[in-house]
Amino acid sequence: MSDETAVDEIEVEEAPEDEIIVLAQKWKKKKGSLIMALHELQGRLGYVPRESAMKLGREMGVPLANIYEVLTFYNYFKLESPGKYIISVCTGTACHIKGSPKLLHGVEAELGIKEGESTPDGEYHLQGVRCLGCCGLAPLASVNGKVYGKQDVTDAHGLLEHVKHDQPMHVAAESADAE
Amino acid sequence: MKPEELEVKAAAELAKQQAMEVRLVCCSSTGCQSSGAADIVARIKADIAERGLDGKVQVGGTGCMGLCSKGPLVRMTCKAHEDILFSEMTPDLATRLVEDVVAPIASGGKVDDPVGPLGAHVVDLHAAFFAMQERVVLSNNGHADPEKLADYLVHGGYQGLRKALTMSAEEICKEMLASGLRGRGGAGYPTGLKWDFARRVESDVKYVICNGDEGDPGAFMDRSVLEGDPHAVIEGMMIAARAMNATNGVFYIRAEYPLAVDRIEKAIRQARQAGLVGRNILNSGWSFDFDVRLGAGAFVCGEETALIASVEGKRGTPRPRPPFPSVKGLWDKPSCVNNVETLANVPRILLKGADWFAAKGTEKSKGTKVFALTGKIAHNGLVEVPMGITIREIVETIGGGTGTDRKVKGVQTGGPSGGMIPESQFDTPISYEHLQQLGSMMGSGGLIVIDDQDSVVELARFYLDFCVDESCGKCAPCRIGGTQMLHLLDKIVAGDGTEEDIANIRMIAQAMQRGSLCALGQTAPNPVLSALKHFTSEFTERLKKPVAAEA
Repeated sequence: MSDETAVDEIEVEEAPEDEIIVLAQKWKKKKGSLIMALHELQGRLGYVPRESAMKLGREMGVPLANIYEVLTFYNYFKLESPGKYIISVCTGTACHIKGSPKLLHGVEAELGIKEGESTPDGEYHLQGVRCLGCCGLAPLASVNGKVYGKQDVTDAHGLLEHVKHDQPMHVAAESADAE
Repeated sequence: MKPEELEVKAAAELAKQQAMEVRLVCCSSTGCQSSGAADIVARIKADIAERGLDGKVQVGGTGCMGLCSKGPLVRMTCKAHEDILFSEMTPDLATRLVEDVVAPIASGGKVDDPVGPLGAHVVDLHAAFFAMQERVVLSNNGHADPEKLADYLVHGGYQGLRKALTMSAEEICKEMLASGLRGRGGAGYPTGLKWDFARRVESDVKYVICNGDEGDPGAFMDRSVLEGDPHAVIEGMMIAARAMNATNGVFYIRAEYPLAVDRIEKAIRQARQAGLVGRNILNSGWSFDFDVRLGAGAFVCGEETALIASVEGKRGTPRPRPPFPSVKGLWDKPSCVNNVETLANVPRILLKGADWFAAKGTEKSKGTKVFALTGKIAHNGLVEVPMGITIREIVETIGGGTGTDRKVKGVQTGGPSGGMIPESQFDTPISYEHLQQLGSMMGSGGLIVIDDQDSVVELARFYLDFCVDESCGKCAPCRIGGTQMLHLLDKIVAGDGTEEDIANIRMIAQAMQRGSLCALGQTAPNPVLSALKHFTSEFTERLKKPVAAEA
């Protein structure tokens, strides 16, 4: 496991360095594009590591304080590596009414972590999210962007079994296939 | 592109569609995508190709058709039969659809039993869920493919803009005012007036901004419109730009809606290629283009000054008004922020006329409203209804009630800024004024049904917790008031509350309503206050027993 982690760290810290320069050059030209640049950075790394934020700041000419001001204000940005499977249990109103707190607690118990935490092996990260906009399928969870609708809130184990079976990869740009 | 070419292109696409024996469209919005729509389209396409029916059957995607809980949905259109809607499709059912239904119709026209073995999956398009709706904003959903510009043109696309290019800015504002269209984001300010204010301000640069930061949990109207009919929102923004002589357009969309962002970006590219966006639009000499900016998960960014700060790449905190954005907005330039649904109404109004629109709805609330119907309701999904319809008609007739043996207790409209409405008030017509009288608000269109098992106290706590979490912290009434009120509610939920706590809640609520900087804080007490008003006993029953006895 430690070997894998080491490989991940090298990739995170070194490979994107040049990417960050390209990214910074791209957004620097547009006024007020810090949030867009951070979106792109997080889109590539899954979160915004401190080293990358510092590098981005230098390249874009934005003080680190301003970057963290923005990063910590918006829920969407992550400051720590979220793990291989990001499990988002929707806690929007429609899901809440259909019992999503029970599902969230169930997943917490199954994984032995609290909402907002990752498993020690880095496999799973659990988060409650406000609303994924698929209220017709409530209650639901999404894993790396794949939606698991109409869940049985008493069966968190079943949800995790599904996830293990599907092994969903990050699919934020799923619809790009349609082009 | 010259203006006349729009019609040529539309006619060519229409002829192509009419030459087809059968047209199959599968919902391609997030809801149905989540339940596997892409696999179904792929299977249908493969089966059609295998049977050599390519020239006779057209297969495509379309916007949300409403019945999200029964997805994926496939709609079949053919000459010999009425449209048929198939629900809860699977790839294997799709194959049977092609084999047993589509193939015979494509080769022989009319058949005796068009639904064949898929009868159990047919949704009655004459049922109340559809029959009682009136679709203006969602008129293309279920018909046009949101990823094809030509399909939008077939349905009158960009004809509203074409008309706007022949009108003066003042004339467009007047037309909008005459239509009675009011902001669909919740506040209900007359769109024509808002545009006219922006028009009167002289400036070399002016922005028109689309607010697609649908933060209300439990609402997905704007997502469905952005995903289902992106060109309509783009066209609406361009007409708005003409009405106030704006120079730039900005889309601000939630990052949590990747498909909506993708569709808008794609539609802008298509429109630019066709000469509908960019330089010298439709040979008119007018130039206009768009930028797309993403939100990052902050409910407060739905407030216009916070939204503008976020577009500028800063923390999304609101600022005092005046100056209003129409005078000093994005980059200190005059700006006009409009909601997605408002903008999607605009091309239709310009094309069909203010009178056509004003004939719908009530005296003060014109047109239609899109609602996201969720919670304890049989027919979960997206509906568009004329203003003036009663809450009962929406919940019981269209929504089919709870669908279980539980009784409906009430609905919440307006999300965390709105309020709860008890079942006893369900005969109230839907309009900005009526909902406000009930202590709720129209909001952006979330309509959440609760049954007799749901605790109103806990739901009020849920919404307040949301607002406290989402408060930007800039002003004290919202930051401190919200937190204190939440503590008191927690006490009541835990069974330790007293009458004094309820009195304090009311006092804090008043301070928040009066003293908060923006609508988030001003409206955050609404769910609690409306729950206290309509369901008082649920609160008092939870109070600490001895105190309750004294009271």
